[in-house]
Amino acid sequence: MELLGYFVFAVLLMIGLYAVISKVNLVKKLIGLSIFQSAVFLMYITMDKVEGGTAPIIVKGMPEQIYSNPLPQVLILTAIVVGVSTLSLGLAIVVRINESYGTIEEDEILDAD
Amino acid sequence: MDLTPHLPALQVVVPMLAAPLIVLLKPRGLAWAGATAVAMLSFCIAIAMTIDVLHGRIFTYQMGGWAAPYGIELSVDAFSAVLLLVVTGAGALGMLAAHASVDKQIELERQPLFYSAWLLALAGLIGIVVAADAFNIFVFMEISSLASYVLIAGGPDRRALPSVFKYLIMGTIGATFYLIGVGLVYMMTGTLNLADMEVRIQEVTDLNPVLVAAGFITIGLALKAAVFPLHVWLPNAYTHAPHMVTVFLAACGTKVAIYVLIRFDFLVFQTALPGHSTQFASFLMPLAILGIVVASAVAVFEGHLKRLLGTSSVAQIGYIVLGASFLSAAGLSASVTHIFNHALAKGGLFLAVACLACHYRDLRLSQLRGAAKTMPWTAAALVICGLSLIGVPGTAGFISKWLLINAAMAQDNYSVLLVAVILLSSLMAVVYVWRIVETLYFTSSDNLATADSTASVREAPLPLLLVTWLVALANIGFGFFPQLPISLSNGAAGVLLGQLP
Repeated sequence: MELLGYFVFAVLLMIGLYAVISKVNLVKKLIGLSIFQSAVFLMYITMDKVEGGTAPIIVKGMPEQIYSNPLPQVLILTAIVVGVSTLSLGLAIVVRINESYGTIEEDEILDAD
Repeated sequence: MDLTPHLPALQVVVPMLAAPLIVLLKPRGLAWAGATAVAMLSFCIAIAMTIDVLHGRIFTYQMGGWAAPYGIELSVDAFSAVLLLVVTGAGALGMLAAHASVDKQIELERQPLFYSAWLLALAGLIGIVVAADAFNIFVFMEISSLASYVLIAGGPDRRALPSVFKYLIMGTIGATFYLIGVGLVYMMTGTLNLADMEVRIQEVTDLNPVLVAAGFITIGLALKAAVFPLHVWLPNAYTHAPHMVTVFLAACGTKVAIYVLIRFDFLVFQTALPGHSTQFASFLMPLAILGIVVASAVAVFEGHLKRLLGTSSVAQIGYIVLGASFLSAAGLSASVTHIFNHALAKGGLFLAVACLACHYRDLRLSQLRGAAKTMPWTAAALVICGLSLIGVPGTAGFISKWLLINAAMAQDNYSVLLVAVILLSSLMAVVYVWRIVETLYFTSSDNLATADSTASVREAPLPLLLVTWLVALANIGFGFFPQLPISLSNGAAGVLLGQLP
């Protein structure tokens, strides 16, 4: 079960990277980039799961339990914020490219200059 | 109250907190003044720490008082001190000179935002250098990258937009690769603190994930650092960016990524992975040599002044990586000295370009004929920095080339070949710098298409010109008195190799 997460991570990573490299439409490139980043989030989330572990909330009087590792989730929360801001900045640039070139296809932009 | 122990934190916090406040300074010129004051302050903090580091002190700072492996640690040693000087120096001097050039290129109402982005980029780059744990390096790397995308796209040139989009895609892939690598190392060691990682990674018996992590981190950071052949984003981004942004980023942007690459590899991987140091060398050395030769050759045939200098930056990054791939104290020390000296030379060159751009709209070499007649001081500063880029004796560039050649001679294998490559590429640098000099001095401005180039002396605005000359003179100064960068670099090599058997 645990390996499934890593498997999905690798597949998503490659799908994202493929889209970034092969697509000429800039928005599709950004979608690929977003998939690529999300794959890494999944890797961190998979890694922190401890077999049989529960949420790491310590309640007084409750018996000791196995807890999952909360740190990777915190890290990935930061990485998600970074990912969202990168995506929004990328889209903002695409909007400006569309304003000044009138297209968001990479080959047409290259022809324009 | 003694602030000295808090300097590493202040170094990051001051520009970062100032950035959103600068946006509020709407009246003309005020945003620039405020941002310059902040950038100067962080330069002063860097100098203060460097003085202490030269006396053998190593700063460590526990954020919020939480102890090292669990809390977030900042640290400044000799290696970080060199980079801090370069980053804050480029940020502060660039900002000081920026006013006139930015007035021409950025609309008045967007200027506070521009300066704010500049400070954020500065804070991010400083953060990468002082952070002592792998994840904070990632966060600061993204802060600086996002801010520099904004800076590059901020100018009037529409071609900057596709260039910055490409940079954004490649930069994000690089950063994400680094994140994957850090995740894999964390998976094996359970720690993010670099010093702690160095110890715990020895206990990991299954080294495969660590090996994969080393690959991801090296490629990711090489992308960020524009190591050949991952440099394709760099020349266009530098060419179409606003001129002052090119000054700032060309002086320090990619070098910080090289800093992380070298630090991570030498401190974490080479101590843990058997035979990793030879893999590191045999992977990066050919890339460095190819980068030096190919990029220099491309620069020789380049017709646009800014792209020519940007392409030459790729070759210079090759020198820095080459020195590191020698794996010797001499090689590392040459590398670190070259980080410092190249920042001086290339920063000065792009400052002179910014001066030229005050009167010449089009920076293709064919349009700059006879520019030395209209702008004699600018042209002279450009020549001095160009000589430093070539590595002529008496300039800063000579010191690092000399150290690099010495380090190459001490190599067991291929030492003659390595020296030949360095000399060959220096000759190519002579050619492309000569092309600039020839255009500026020895061709007459008979081209009537450029209305600006008619006779009489019209220099760049004084602050810009003064800073350009300050940097040009620093190139000569550090050529005759290279003790400061060399002693810091030797310290840095000691830090990096201290743990190697």
